[in-house]
Amino acid sequence: MTVSVPAPHSGPAAGPRKLKVATASLSGCFGCHMSLLDLDERLLQLAELVEFDRSPITDIKHCGPCDVGLIEGSVCNSENVHVLREFRSHCKVLIAFGACAVAGGLPAMRNGLDVGDCLKEIYCDRVGPGGLIPNDRELPLLLDKVYPINEVVRVDYFIPGCPPSGDAIWKYLTDVIAGRMPRLEHPMLRYD
Amino acid sequence: MSEIPNSFTLDGQLVPFEPGQTILQAALAAGHYIPHLCSSPELKPHGSCKLCTVVVNGRHGSACTAHAMPGQDVQSDTPDLNGKRRLQVQMLFVEGNHFCPGCEKSGNCKLQAVAYDLEMLNPHFPHFFPQRPVDASHPDILLDRNRCIMCEQCVEASRDIDGKEVFGLAGRGLASHLVVNSPSGLLGDSALEAGDKAANICPVGAIVHKRVGYAKPIGARDYDTLGIRAQARAAAEGEGP
Repeated sequence: MTVSVPAPHSGPAAGPRKLKVATASLSGCFGCHMSLLDLDERLLQLAELVEFDRSPITDIKHCGPCDVGLIEGSVCNSENVHVLREFRSHCKVLIAFGACAVAGGLPAMRNGLDVGDCLKEIYCDRVGPGGLIPNDRELPLLLDKVYPINEVVRVDYFIPGCPPSGDAIWKYLTDVIAGRMPRLEHPMLRYD
Repeated sequence: MSEIPNSFTLDGQLVPFEPGQTILQAALAAGHYIPHLCSSPELKPHGSCKLCTVVVNGRHGSACTAHAMPGQDVQSDTPDLNGKRRLQVQMLFVEGNHFCPGCEKSGNCKLQAVAYDLEMLNPHFPHFFPQRPVDASHPDILLDRNRCIMCEQCVEASRDIDGKEVFGLAGRGLASHLVVNSPSGLLGDSALEAGDKAANICPVGAIVHKRVGYAKPIGARDYDTLGIRAQARAAAEGEGP
């Protein structure tokens, strides 16, 4: 007599649903994403817990419905505003990571200057080819001031640092994924 | 007749004091840190930053100016007070231009160290991004008003220790700013010298020495490994018997 053993349940419904994570860089240096890569072998652990949506890692251009959105960089031009609003509307939890996203950072150091003067000095007052301020429909327009992202959309969590260390990102992300109130303490909490 | 012991309780712990000491002085001597910015052991306390606000017998007061009295019940490290302190520090951050990643004082800065201690994760309020002039006219000292928190330590040090009255605060409210006592208003024309107390007391990066900004790399600075609270505790233990 043969006993039929039910096949072990397999497929996507087997484990808990993977969280969807999207990341983007607005006006910044991409250093925070570099720091994300500093998770090193923990990236493999992270890949077991989450699935990446829009991110430089996947090269997906638009963000779908996500659980967690990580934004690096400050809001400097119209394209940044567009990307940021798309993230806010698609992400349940939005995290600002890095000094630029949290407080404006180095891009915001232009806030004491006039945008027109900046463009003129960079494109017109220098010796070399050109001499015209780039003006194309494809180019996003600069904003009058550079803003931290929480001055444009509501932000749930903040990871300061320039860049935040891989350890700080790991601590924060694992807290969020586990559903804990994320916490960063010195010396992991740094602004430089 | 028994004498009343010179001690008070700080967050439930007994703290001894010597008559004449303020609550902050006694607490620091005993290794208990109370966040503070405008107070310095070398200067007369004037209680302007209000960060050291504690609750003494149910009433709020500045720990740097309130005298320690026998039997006081002082509350300091409470979620309520720390929450208010965090808000105060956040307001200081948005009121000036405090770009920590680009500041040579980062790691040695008391404002930053206090913000770390209070676990400030963001400045919370909309930034003012004020326009404040930088004065680089002095051969050895740079005055960057963007980072000034108007704690008046340089004003006091110059007046009471150096006897020069180089600095002063002018304007009121949002228009408050640090002014320099010289015919041109520039630091280069003032009597300030690099060895003056006023040139070395700034808790933030507003008055810094030129050409030494990155002599000590970021990561090896005062508050990079040991926080301000742990350092206060270590300092008290070092001075003890």
